[in-house]
Amino acid sequence: MQFMLLFSRQGKLRLQKWYVPLSDTQKKKISREVIQIVLARKPKMCSFLEWRDLKIVYKRYASLYFCCAVEDQENELITLEIIHRYVELLDKYFGSVCELDIIFNFEKAYYILDEFILGGEAQETSKKNVLKAIEQADMLQEEAETPRSVLEEIGLT
Amino acid sequence: MRMPAPIRLRELIRTIRTARTQAEEREMIQKECAAIRSSFREEDNTYRCRNVAKLLYMHMLGYPAHFGQLECLKLIASQKFTDKRIGYLGAMLLLDERQDVHLLMTNCIKNDLNHSTQYVQGLALCTLGCMGSSEMCRDLAGEVEKLLKTSNSYLRKKAALCAVHVIRKVPELMEMFLPATKNLLSEKNHGVLHTSVVLLTEMCERSPDMLSHFRKLVPQLVRILKNLIMSGYSPEHDVSGISDPFLQVRILRLLRILGKGDDDSSEAMNDILAQVATNTETSKNVGNAILYETVLTIMDIKSESGLRVLAINILGRFLLNNDKNIRYVALTSLLKTVQTDHNAVQRHRSTIVDCLKDLDVSIKRRAMELSFALVNGNNIRGMMKELLYFLDSCDPDFKADCASGIFLAAEKYAPSKRWHIDTIMRVLTTAGSYVRDDSVPNLIQLITNSVEMHAYTVQRLYKALLDDISQQPLVQVASWCIGEYGDLLVSGQCEEEEPIQVSEDEVLDVLEGLLVSNLSTPVTRGYSLTAIMKLSTRFSSLNRIKKVVSIYGSSIDVELQQRAVEYNALFKKYDHMRPALLERMPIMEKTATNGPSETVQTNGETDSTILDTKHLPSISQPASQANDLLDLLGGNDVVPIIQTTVPTKPASAGGELLDLLGDLSLTGGPTPTPASSVPMSQPPFLLDGLTSQPLFNDIAAVIPPMTAYNKNGLIIEFTFERSNPNPNIAVITIHATNSTEADMTEFVFQAAVPKTFQLQLLSPSSNVVPAFNQGSVTQVIRVLNPQKVRCYCEPRTHSASYRSRSSEISPFVLKHLQKSDECLSGAKLNIAKLKLRAASH
Repeated sequence: MQFMLLFSRQGKLRLQKWYVPLSDTQKKKISREVIQIVLARKPKMCSFLEWRDLKIVYKRYASLYFCCAVEDQENELITLEIIHRYVELLDKYFGSVCELDIIFNFEKAYYILDEFILGGEAQETSKKNVLKAIEQADMLQEEAETPRSVLEEIGLT
Repeated sequence: MRMPAPIRLRELIRTIRTARTQAEEREMIQKECAAIRSSFREEDNTYRCRNVAKLLYMHMLGYPAHFGQLECLKLIASQKFTDKRIGYLGAMLLLDERQDVHLLMTNCIKNDLNHSTQYVQGLALCTLGCMGSSEMCRDLAGEVEKLLKTSNSYLRKKAALCAVHVIRKVPELMEMFLPATKNLLSEKNHGVLHTSVVLLTEMCERSPDMLSHFRKLVPQLVRILKNLIMSGYSPEHDVSGISDPFLQVRILRLLRILGKGDDDSSEAMNDILAQVATNTETSKNVGNAILYETVLTIMDIKSESGLRVLAINILGRFLLNNDKNIRYVALTSLLKTVQTDHNAVQRHRSTIVDCLKDLDVSIKRRAMELSFALVNGNNIRGMMKELLYFLDSCDPDFKADCASGIFLAAEKYAPSKRWHIDTIMRVLTTAGSYVRDDSVPNLIQLITNSVEMHAYTVQRLYKALLDDISQQPLVQVASWCIGEYGDLLVSGQCEEEEPIQVSEDEVLDVLEGLLVSNLSTPVTRGYSLTAIMKLSTRFSSLNRIKKVVSIYGSSIDVELQQRAVEYNALFKKYDHMRPALLERMPIMEKTATNGPSETVQTNGETDSTILDTKHLPSISQPASQANDLLDLLGGNDVVPIIQTTVPTKPASAGGELLDLLGDLSLTGGPTPTPASSVPMSQPPFLLDGLTSQPLFNDIAAVIPPMTAYNKNGLIIEFTFERSNPNPNIAVITIHATNSTEADMTEFVFQAAVPKTFQLQLLSPSSNVVPAFNQGSVTQVIRVLNPQKVRCYCEPRTHSASYRSRSSEISPFVLKHLQKSDECLSGAKLNIAKLKLRAASH
């Protein structure tokens, strides 16, 4: 996988994960282009389209488009399964995930993605294991948060 | 006094979302950015994490966030896990390997790779494996390799993918990971298995040595795959009843790479492939994903024919699937296999043709490509019906490709000439404006070759013109045909269908209409003017034609004007040549390479090609010289001139003038007239006949042999060939025979060429030309004329025995002459002042 984009039906980017080195300008340009192309697709069309020398695999879940750009030799059908798996993970984590969850907790969405996919390839095929790792990491985060006294909060110490 | 705590991330998000306009949002962002900047300046550790998180949100909205890059690094260096989490995320989003800043991460990552907490190690591995630059990879490869050997499966699986990234960035490092791969596949953990297979795949794809090395893993891979299929329900890895489809697909892909080209490996996996192909549940996408990968593997390895048929049948079933995604991948795969398994794919032809009517653009395109691949002599009629129907209704994007495909197929498999012409007509009338430019000359060539269909063709084209003159390729082909076969049109000779009654004036009306119409492009106008001109020898309405031609002599369009002027000249000065010039074109030979860039095309390429810059470069030259007049009509048209000239014997002094290479594009003729006879005794057109040799002064495909010299018993003949690898090289073989009583000894053939030429003289067979034609001397000359300049040849012979008999004999010389009247009208051919006429670009 070269990149994954999540965007709304209005074309607003909700998540962008790049597995190839590109400048910010390039990323912006590519995102704009791909979003435009995907949004232009009609419902009856298949989930794959050719773009430059890549294949775009996309699927819409409620108000969000999940879009992956894969290389020519990749299996498009299994890529759809990868997308679906990611949605399932989000769903399990947030409990019936919706776009707002991803907007307000975008960093968590990234953490989950990074536990599922590394360098563009799936690193863990068990849903349970991914969620367990996230859970543990979240706990670590909570423990690490040193309790702050009230005085600290108002700036008196 | 300390600043109030920066607002929390969620609060910021909420606030920004309340903005009703872009401007309002921008204002909020700018305010917050300012706050964040000052917070950064204060080196506030407590809230750095929160601020960077907010910055990342704003970055996602499209606002610049580069001032946060260093802060990310500080977060990574922090001891708090929360900080590291955000820091690494920020690094992945904001930093890129192009900036040196990213290298500052290297040390932190190194430390974190050795951290006591596996989740920190995981963050480091993830970041390195996602965006590590080559330098970072070089520095940290050792750490990754270490982690690849750990027993901690959480880390091991990440290390494997990190290694993949390292290898992609720095391929030379691949070797160092080899030892660690030894027992990767013995792992039970699916995550490790999956990433290990990915790593092995990457290594095998990059190195043939690795590939051979890893072939021994085939049995193990087959076992793992078998276990996945046979084992019962495993809740952890189950997807719709299939156990770990991701792993299955990856294993199948690796097997494909290992089995390709290797009989033993292919055999070892034969059974498992058959098993997967037959047992996999196909009701959901996930099952089909596995089947798809299986099919790809079967087709790529050396599988038994039974297995291959099974694979193609799976694809055939895919084509009938309701799911358009499945249909799409089926068509893609079939396209890949149609060459190798043609017959098997043919069985699914009707389903494929049905896909032409699919709503999805990608499916339609694939179906079209596949349809063309499946057309053969048996199904041409049926297939063409479907394809023509498709052409009618498809998107404009497709029409050009479809039209080209139809032409190609028609040419290969046309069951009859009439069918062929009809098909062409159909394409031109339905998609005439989408037809590619190079189709026009190709079609014209096709039409000339169907001699018995000329009347029918011109009639149909004429009728099409009456309906619609907007589609330029159609109009061009039609004009050309009317120009050529107008006589057949008015004489009502059509056999194939009811001949129409049309008068000369009506035809001229149509052609003149094209000239004035706004719809006609300049190229089209050129075609029609030339067509009108040609009709001057086929019709009797000479005056009308003359009038038209003279009107366009002052046309604003330079091309048109030039043509008109020259045609005018044809009427006035060279009227005696006109019939011969405008004679019917002979059948054109199609050369092997007939692409648009091929300049050495058929003889007598149509005049219209002059405007087509894809053809001979010399054509695009705005030839202003009057003697290009005859060039315009194409080489073949010049043939009659030469045929009517009387070959005169070369004069003695001064030598003859042979238009050596120019002559060669003609389909043969006797010895060209020498220039020495030019001045007074011959009518002027002979002179022009020599100078205005066809535009194709590079040697045509077929060059007839010629007698270059025939004097005093010595005959030298040239035979020509085009050098095989480089068609710009002419290979001339000379044969010298001697019919006199005495041997000609010390026979030496010399040749000299102007600077732009290159000449290579190979050794002659002998120096003695035996008497009484008892033998011959042969010698090969290779001439390269890269600038495609006209070349004239002046023969002079030198021979020992001759020296005693005649006085003026001098070496054979290939000279180049300036194409100007002054040089040719005088017989002063010894003048060495020769200029190159660059007839090409």
